[in-house]
Amino acid sequence: MKLKYLAAAATLLPLFAACASGASTSSSSAAAGSSASAAPGGQVVVGLITKTETNPFFVKMKEGAQAEATKLGAKLLTGAGAKDGDNEGQVTAMENMINAGAKGILITPSDTKAIVPSIEKARAKGVVVIALDTATDPASAVDALFATNNFKAGLLIGQWSAKAMAGKTPVIATLDLQPGVTVGAQRHNGFLQGMGIVSGQSETSTDLASASQVVCAQDTHGDQTEGQTAMENCLSKNPNINLVYTINEPAAFGAYTALKNAGKEKDVTIVSVDGGCQGVQGVVDGKIAATSQQYPLLMAQKGVAAIVEYAKSGTKPSGYTDTGVTLITDKAQAGVDGKDSKYGLDNCWGTK
Amino acid sequence: MSAIATTLTKNRASLGKAILSSPIIGPLAALLLACIFFAVMTPNFMTGPNFSLIMQQVMVVGVLAIGQTLVILTAGIDLSNGAVMALSGVLMASLAAQHHLNPVLAILLGIGIAVIFGAVNGGLLTGINLPPFIVTLGTYSIAYALTRIYTTATIDKLPKELTALGSTFNIGGTEITFGTLLMLLLYVITWFALKYTKAGRSVFAVGDNPEAARLAGIKTNRVLIGVYTVAAFTYGIAALLLVSRTGVGDPNAGATANMDSITAVVVGGTSMFGGRGSIVGTFIGALIVGVFRNGLQLMGVPAIYQVLITGVLVIAAVSIDQLTHRNKR
Repeated sequence: MKLKYLAAAATLLPLFAACASGASTSSSSAAAGSSASAAPGGQVVVGLITKTETNPFFVKMKEGAQAEATKLGAKLLTGAGAKDGDNEGQVTAMENMINAGAKGILITPSDTKAIVPSIEKARAKGVVVIALDTATDPASAVDALFATNNFKAGLLIGQWSAKAMAGKTPVIATLDLQPGVTVGAQRHNGFLQGMGIVSGQSETSTDLASASQVVCAQDTHGDQTEGQTAMENCLSKNPNINLVYTINEPAAFGAYTALKNAGKEKDVTIVSVDGGCQGVQGVVDGKIAATSQQYPLLMAQKGVAAIVEYAKSGTKPSGYTDTGVTLITDKAQAGVDGKDSKYGLDNCWGTK
Repeated sequence: MSAIATTLTKNRASLGKAILSSPIIGPLAALLLACIFFAVMTPNFMTGPNFSLIMQQVMVVGVLAIGQTLVILTAGIDLSNGAVMALSGVLMASLAAQHHLNPVLAILLGIGIAVIFGAVNGGLLTGINLPPFIVTLGTYSIAYALTRIYTTATIDKLPKELTALGSTFNIGGTEITFGTLLMLLLYVITWFALKYTKAGRSVFAVGDNPEAARLAGIKTNRVLIGVYTVAAFTYGIAALLLVSRTGVGDPNAGATANMDSITAVVVGGTSMFGGRGSIVGTFIGALIVGVFRNGLQLMGVPAIYQVLITGVLVIAAVSIDQLTHRNKR
């Protein structure tokens, strides 16, 4: 037993020696690497960190970033958290990318507040950080934001719902994201303001507005299974629900399944946000009445271009760039701008 | 030190054999091969700053894995560690930043809540004779829920005492965090305690054969309660390291930390059946996971492949353990 530990120590020693010598011989080159902006060969390195690897929204974002990087001759590194809400995973990816010589980092923050100290560290090292899709809290923590106006996305489906529900008393369930995330509150509050049942909502609040018409509000984390469970619970609470706002289309499909199981799918209107191809197909199939389509590919494209521009000219991107949002519905309402599901399918993200 | 040197000369002939039969030789070989592979594949890997970074990245899971190793050595398992860490971290952050308690006291109270959870784990599994998996599954849910009942918002603007372990000192151009040093220190202490103290040896004895241990006069229940409590103390330290690393108290932290810590222990060659394994192996196991994640990222390999490779490593490590163990029978 004793001998085993000795052997362990004996085998470990050269490892530490190797690491130490590696450290001392190459620390100068590493220092050069972090101060110089480019990877070997003068290529600009751009990092893209998404919330998860698998969500089609982020897959599309990655495609857009890769296409733009290839076009501009930059090298794209990608990373993600283990799951939505995994802040430390994103921190780790960011550190690794900075070590790999990234000139700028595009990030969709999983936790809009928790990521801020790490972004500050990155920016202190001269790395440009651009938030995509989701604003940080505070928004000023990053150099720039390329995103959908999520408040407007909510506002559009709210305005549409108000017209579509005319003559009926709305009994609303909201299937939300999770507490404390800007996007979730912006869409929720935009929706209620669009409905005309609340007013003067702050576009940057992380608090969900409430109203007497909202009889049930549940978190779904944007997940289909959780969306179904949430809808089932809401129906138990109040079987008269006739309008369901959902944070995204997976949650909307979960809600639809719950409503169908309860035999209520014909009587309830579901509205959503995202405009993924499966979501727009849901509009075609009549499962989702209206959805606000956003454009992740564009966010990533603009982000990569901005970082390459910074590497070449030293001009930092700044402020907020709205990458646009379009209401997609086949039941157009007078006075609410929108396009039909054909337009939606032509411009959607994800697998058709 | 001289004792070690004497032993070394006495046993020089069998040293080679001992190295080959050491439980950590597999993990160590894997680590070295991985280091060589990434050094060849990417120029940014084999640098002082990058190694320092890997250490920072493994320190939270690495410290959780110290506690997990002790637990697994007793043939137990602790599913609650990530959730307990999140609770502990949120509590210390909130007490210090929002309730303006003395930061050191806040840290101690945060670690204290973790220790209470450990004592509850140990008490339940010895007192009512519940399986560790069930007990810690329960306390996992309780800690997870308590964290979110306490707060769902991330806590920022922390006093500097809470982030002190995240600050660095410079050795030969490489910035090293104090947290990394604390992790290494904890490993050395645990290694020493397991090897040279009666309590440490009884951990192995209880895991190997609790009945024999009892007959040999070891108070097995006391050992188990002690192990789960000490383990939970390391989760409290991990919470402090996490807070210092990210600069916030994050209620969503540690969601996969229980599995990550088990991964480090298993990849490090400790047997899930108890009584066999080493704390040095766990350190190497944690490093292997960290090296793969970092190296693949530097190469530009998507994150999902890092998860895939971790899975392969776990299966490989357990298979090697199982095969070598069978040969000995």
